[in-house]
Amino acid sequence: MRRSPSSLLVGGLRRVARALASPRDPGDYLDMFSPLRPGAALRGRITSIVREPTGAVTVTIRPGKDWAGHRPGQYVRVGIQVDGVRQWRAYSITSPGAERTLTITVKPVEGGVVSNHLGTRARVGELVSLEQAAGEFVLPDAVPPKLLFVAAGSGITPIMGMLRGHADALTDVVMIHSSASERAALFGPELRVLGEDPRVRLIERHTDTQERLGFDELDELVPDWTDRQAWVCGPAAMLDEAEEHWAEAGIEDRLHIERFRPVILGDPEDGGEVTFRVSGRTVDAPGDRPLLDVGEESHVLMPSGCRMGICFGCVGSLAEGTVRHLRTGELIETTEDPVQIQTCITAAAGRCVIDL
Amino acid sequence: MTQTIAASATSGTTTTSHNLTPEQIEELGRELDEIRDDIMSTLGARDAAYIRTVITVQRAIELSSRAVLLFSRVPAAWVLGTAGLAVAKTLENMEIGHNILHGQWDWMRDPKIHSSTWEWDAISPAKQWQYTHNELHHTYTNVIGRDNDLGYGIMRVSEDQPWTLYSLIQAPVNLLNAAFFEYGIALYDMEALEYVEGRVEKDVFVGKAKEAARKLGRQVAKDYIIHPLVSGPNALSTLTATFTANMLRNLWTHSVIICGHFPEGVETFETDSIEGETRGGWYLRQMLGSANISGPYLMHVMTGNLSFQIEHHLFPDMPSNRYAEAAPRVREVFDRYGLRYVSGPLHKQLGSAWWKIIRLSAPNHDPDRTRLETITNAVRESVRGLGGRLQSMLGRGR
Repeated sequence: MRRSPSSLLVGGLRRVARALASPRDPGDYLDMFSPLRPGAALRGRITSIVREPTGAVTVTIRPGKDWAGHRPGQYVRVGIQVDGVRQWRAYSITSPGAERTLTITVKPVEGGVVSNHLGTRARVGELVSLEQAAGEFVLPDAVPPKLLFVAAGSGITPIMGMLRGHADALTDVVMIHSSASERAALFGPELRVLGEDPRVRLIERHTDTQERLGFDELDELVPDWTDRQAWVCGPAAMLDEAEEHWAEAGIEDRLHIERFRPVILGDPEDGGEVTFRVSGRTVDAPGDRPLLDVGEESHVLMPSGCRMGICFGCVGSLAEGTVRHLRTGELIETTEDPVQIQTCITAAAGRCVIDL
Repeated sequence: MTQTIAASATSGTTTTSHNLTPEQIEELGRELDEIRDDIMSTLGARDAAYIRTVITVQRAIELSSRAVLLFSRVPAAWVLGTAGLAVAKTLENMEIGHNILHGQWDWMRDPKIHSSTWEWDAISPAKQWQYTHNELHHTYTNVIGRDNDLGYGIMRVSEDQPWTLYSLIQAPVNLLNAAFFEYGIALYDMEALEYVEGRVEKDVFVGKAKEAARKLGRQVAKDYIIHPLVSGPNALSTLTATFTANMLRNLWTHSVIICGHFPEGVETFETDSIEGETRGGWYLRQMLGSANISGPYLMHVMTGNLSFQIEHHLFPDMPSNRYAEAAPRVREVFDRYGLRYVSGPLHKQLGSAWWKIIRLSAPNHDPDRTRLETITNAVRESVRGLGGRLQSMLGRGR
C-alpha cells in the first residue's frame, strides 16, 4: 500500500524530531508544555480533593487525552509521588463513566502511605501517573433484572461506581452495606437517598452495634437471593465465605467478587538472597514478602500492576532459583527456560535471580 | 606490617599521611556510615523537586539555545547559542547524567530518571560508562594497576606509576584529551587499551565497539548533520557553534575531573594494599584519594557537585544536592582523625593537577644518575629495541 504524501511528511518530521532529541525522546520536551496531550505517557491532573464526613477523601482527576474511559466497577492504577517516591496503587473508580474526569474515594488507613498522603498533603493541580482502567468486576452490557450487591467497608467503592453508572438500567436491586457505624458508612447519605427509590432496597449493617453479617442470614434477609446475580466486595475472609456459600447453593456462576488484597501464605524464615540482575542489586528477602516490595525498597525499577495478583503488570523473569506463590503456597522453580512470575504475589524461597 | 592500608601511599615527596590503628579505621567507617544514614533517611519531596527542576531548566536552556542557533550567522546569536548549548550539555552530562547513572535518584522509582533507563548526551553508551566508572573506578579508586582512571591509562599522575619515554609528551596529550574528552571516554569505556594489550576478549571488545559506534552515529547525526541542516542557510555556522559547544563542555568536564583525583596532596595506593580491605579501609582510601573544589553554589551545580569529589566518593549514590550538607560533617571527621582534606578554588586545583602532569612527564629523581641520563638511556634502549625489531623483520624478509 502506498502511503499518502502527508503521512510520509509526518513520518519524516517525526524521524527528524527523534534524531534531534536523541538521546531523549521528543515527547520528553513536549511534556514540559503539555503533559496531558495525546501520545504522552498516561497522566492525570488532580482537579479537586474533597474530605468526606466519613474521613474518606474523594479525589477527582482529569486524565490525559489518551484515557480510554472505564466501565463502572473497574479500577485505575494511580502513581502518585509521596515524599518524592512514586507509589502505585489501584483504586476503584467511583464516577459513573460518561464524563471527562474520574473520581476515586480513598479511606485513609493506619500506616497507609498513599491513602494518608491523599488525605493531607496531595494538592489540586498535581500531576499523577495513570494506567488505563482495568478489572472484570463489572456488570454485563445487558444489566440483569435482579441484582444483589454486598459490600463491606471500602468494598463499596466499585459497587458505588456501578450504582451511579447504571442508575437508569437498574430494575430490582438489593444493596447490603456493612460498615462500622451509620456515620462511618462510606457513601452512607447517598446510599440512603438511593434506598428511597422503589427499585432499590438498602440493608445497612453497623458492626459497632450489630452482629457481623453472615451469609446464612441471606435466606431471611433476601429470600430470593438465589435468583439474583450477586456482586460482592470486601475483606478476603468475607469473600471466602461468599464463595463457599454460593458454591453450596450450587450457583457459583451467579457470584462475582473482587479481591482487594490477597491472602498471604509463606514464612519469613523461608526467604533468601534475591539478585535483581538487570539492576545489579542483591538483597536478603523474607519468605513472606512479595518480591515487588523487596525490589522497590532496594530502588529497583519494578514494573507493577494491581499488586494483588490479578493484572500480570508486574511480571518478571525468574532466571535462577525458587520462589513461592503467596496465595497458593506453591513453589515455582526455574526449568531450562526462565519462568515468568508475578512479583506482587511471589516471595523468595531460597536464593534466586530475577531479570529485573 | 603495622598499618592495614596506605602504608605505601605516597604523594609527591610526602609519605604515608595517616597513622591510624585498624580499630580507628573501623570507627571512622562507622562514623561515615552514620552521616550517610542521617542524610539518606531524610530524602524526600524537596530532593525530587530539585532534580526535576534541574532537568526542566536544562531542557529549557537546550531548546532555546538550539532555537537561537537557527540564526547562527548573526554573531550575537552564535555566541549566545553556543554558550547556552555548552551550559545545557554540561548540566546534562554532570549534574543530571553522571548522577542519575550513579543511581542517586533511583529511590524516586521514576522510570524516566533511573540508572537502568537513562542515556546521556555523550558518545560513550551509558551502560559501558557505568561499568568502567561505577564498578571499576569507584571500587578501586587510586589503586595503581586497578584504577584506570588514574591517568586514564595514558598518563602518569603518581611517582609510583612507571615512567616511560611516552610520559615526556603527556602534557600535550592531556590537552588533546581535554578538547576531545567525550571521545576519549568512549574509547576508554569500550576498553580499547585493554583490548590492544590483550586483556579483553576480542568479541567482547567488538560488541562494545559496535554499540559505541551506533551511539556515536546518533550523536554526530544530531549535532553535526541534522541540527545544522535544520538551520538552512546558517548550516555551517550552526555546525561550528555546536562543535564549539561540545568542545567547551569537554574542556570543562575534563578540568573538573582532573581536579578530583590529580591535585597535589591526593594519594595513590599500591595494588596489594587493598587485599582484605574492610569497609572502613575503603572509606579511608576514598578520603585520601579525592580532592574538592571550593566555590560558589552555581559552580557546584555546573560541576554536577563533583566539586564535592570527596563526599561523592564516600557516598556515590547519595543525591548530589546533599553533598554540600554532608561536607562539613565529613570535614570534621577528617580533622578529628588528623587526615588532610584536600580542597581549593578551581584555578588552584587545576593548576596543581596540570603541574603534576607536567612534573611527572619527567622521570623520578634517582640518586645514581641525573634525570637527563635516565631519559637518554631510555631513548638509547628504545632505539636499540627498534633496531632489533627491524633487524629481525628484515631477517625474516630475506
